[in-house]
Amino acid sequence: MLDMSRPLSHLPAAPGVGYKPQHFNDILANAQPVEWLEIHAENYMGDGGRPLAQLRHLAERFAISVHGVGLSIGGEGRLDAAHLARLKTLCDWLQPASFSEHLAWSTHDSHFLNDLLPLPYTDATLTRVADHIDEVQNTLGRPMLLENPSSYLAFDESTYCETEFLAELTRRTACGLLLDVNNVFISATNLRLDPRAYIDAFPLDRVGEIHLGGHDEDHDDHGAPLLIDSHGREVADPVWALLDYTLAQTGPRPVLIEWDANVPNWPLLAAEARRAAKALAKVPA
Amino acid sequence: MSNTMKTLAIAGAMTAALGAHATTATAEGAKEKCYGVSLAGQNDCKAGAGTTCAGSSTVDYQGNAWTLVDKGTCAEIDLPDMADGTARQGSLEELNRDLPS
Amino acid sequence: MSVTQDSFHAALLGATQPVPKGLSDGAGHPAGRRFDVYRNNVAASLTDALEVGFPAVQSLIGHDRFKTVAGQFLRTHPPDTPMLMQYGGAFPAFLEGFQPLAHIGYLADVARLEQAQRQAYHAADAAPVRPDQIATIPPKALGDAIITLAPALQVIQSAWPVHAIWRYATEQGAPKPPAVAQDVLITRPEFDPVLTVLPAGGAAFIAALHSGAPFATALEKASYAAPGFALQTMLAVLLHQNAITDIITTE
Repeated sequence: MLDMSRPLSHLPAAPGVGYKPQHFNDILANAQPVEWLEIHAENYMGDGGRPLAQLRHLAERFAISVHGVGLSIGGEGRLDAAHLARLKTLCDWLQPASFSEHLAWSTHDSHFLNDLLPLPYTDATLTRVADHIDEVQNTLGRPMLLENPSSYLAFDESTYCETEFLAELTRRTACGLLLDVNNVFISATNLRLDPRAYIDAFPLDRVGEIHLGGHDEDHDDHGAPLLIDSHGREVADPVWALLDYTLAQTGPRPVLIEWDANVPNWPLLAAEARRAAKALAKVPA
Repeated sequence: MSNTMKTLAIAGAMTAALGAHATTATAEGAKEKCYGVSLAGQNDCKAGAGTTCAGSSTVDYQGNAWTLVDKGTCAEIDLPDMADGTARQGSLEELNRDLPS
Repeated sequence: MSVTQDSFHAALLGATQPVPKGLSDGAGHPAGRRFDVYRNNVAASLTDALEVGFPAVQSLIGHDRFKTVAGQFLRTHPPDTPMLMQYGGAFPAFLEGFQPLAHIGYLADVARLEQAQRQAYHAADAAPVRPDQIATIPPKALGDAIITLAPALQVIQSAWPVHAIWRYATEQGAPKPPAVAQDVLITRPEFDPVLTVLPAGGAAFIAALHSGAPFATALEKASYAAPGFALQTMLAVLLHQNAITDIITTE
C-alpha cells in the first residue's frame, strides 16, 4: 500500500524551467536562478543515446520533475499498461523529486492524439479518473501531482465545477495537485469565470508545484476572447499578478516556467525564472 | 574459397582494418559530447497557435490546393532509368498529368 | 446529453464531421470554433513531429506539399504510442502508396533512411569492442567467430542513390545524385547517427552477421552477392564507427 504521508513533491520552493536540449550547455555553465528542471517523460523513454545521457548529467546537479504528457488519465479506456511500465522504469532509475500528469485524455482506440483533451466533470468521470490515479500511484509507488487543464469549452453535462472536482479527487486518491496559474487564467477568461475566485476555491494545501507559461490571444465565433495555451512567449502580466495572489495564500512553492514553442535562448528563459524568483522572495516562508 | 583461405582473408583484413582504425574515444560520461540537436519530435504540453487549422480543412488531392504549392528540391534531381528498367523521373512536373482537365 | 470520447475523437480527426453537441462556450452558445483549438492542436503538433523526423522528404517535395501529405497521413495513421519520437514508422510505406507522389520513386527510401537515423539516435548504448581485445583472438578462430553489432546499426537498401539524394536534400552545395543504387549503413559512433554508403556485398555481409552467422559464412554470402567484396573496407568502417560490440569465439 502506498504511504500517503510521504511529501507530495521534493522539489525546492524555487524557480525551475521546462528542460530543452538546446539549453544543455548553458544550464551546466550557469543555471542561476534555476534550481530544478522539469522533463516531459515521453522524451526520455528511448533505449539510450543523447537524451538519456543528457538526463544523467542533469540529474547529478538538479532536482528533476518528471511531467508526463501521454498517460491519458482521463481516458474512457484502461490505462496503457505498457506506457505505465515505461513511466515506472524511468522513475525507478531517475528517482525524480516529483511526478505529475494532467487531468485530460489523449488516447482513444489506441490512437494517441498528442493533445490534452477535456473531460466532463461528472460522477462517472470522477470514479474513472480516481481509479486511474490509484493505479498510477500504486504502480509507481509514489504520490503524483495532477494538473488543472486549460479549457476552451465547457461540457453541458458537467455537474461539478473544476475546483470541486479536483478537491474530490485529492480526497479519494490522496494525490497532490500541480496548479497551472496560466491555465487558470486561460480557462477563466475563456469560460467567463473569475480567476481569483478559482484560486480561492482551489485545494491549495494539496499544491506541490506551480506552472507558469505564455499564452496566445484569439477570438471565438462571437468575438469573445479565446486564450490559447501556446507556451510560446513570456508569461503575461495578469498571470504574474495571479501568481502573486496564489503565493500569498500558499506560501513558497516550486514554480516552473514552461516555454515549449519558439523556444528562447537561455538568457531570456533565465529572465523569466528571475521574475519567478522575485515573486517567491516577496512571500513569507 | 577454402576455409583456410577464408580464415586467412579474414585475419588479414582484420589486421589491416585494425591498423587503419584510429581509436575513437567512447563518449560515455563525457558531458561535452552530450550537447547536440534532437532528431525526433518532442512531446510537450503546448497548444498549437490559434484555431487556424491544420485540422479544419480537407484537401482535394486532384485540385488546386495540391498544385498551387511550392516545389521542393526533387525538381532539381533528374535521374535516368535505373538498372531494372523502370522509367523513373525525379521531378514533380509529371504530377500535373494526373489532374482532371 | 453526454459527449463520448468516441464522438470527440471522430470529430477531431474528421475535419468535415460536425462538432459534438453538448459542448458550449460556458455562456450558452455552442462551442463552434472553440472545438477547432483541439483539432488544430492534434493536426499541427503531429505535423510538426513529422517535419522534425523527415526533413529530407520535406525538402524534396517542398514545405507546403509536405504539410498536405502529413495532414493526410496523420488522419489515417495517428500515433499508436504516446512517444512522439517514434511517430512516422508507417510514413515510408504510406508515401509509397500515395498516388500524387508515386512518380518520385525514391521518396519512400529517403523516408526509410530518415526513420532509421531516428531509431539509431534513440537506440540502446553499447560499448564497442576494443582493438586490444580483438588482438587477443587467434587468427584461426576468427572464421567461426560470431560478431555482435551495436543496437544502433541499421542498413537501408535501395535501388536509388538514396544517400546522395538525402545529402542533396539536406546539405547546402551537395553534388547532384548520380544514377547508381546505394545501400546505406547507419551507425552511431557516439550520439549522432553517421551514414556510410556500403561497399557492394556489404548489405549481405551485415544481414548474415545480424542473423547470427559466423564470420566466414558472412564473408561467403557477401562474396557471393558481390565478387571482390571489400572485406577490409567493411571492417574498417565497422570498427571506426564503434559498430562492433563483441566478437565471440567458440574456443
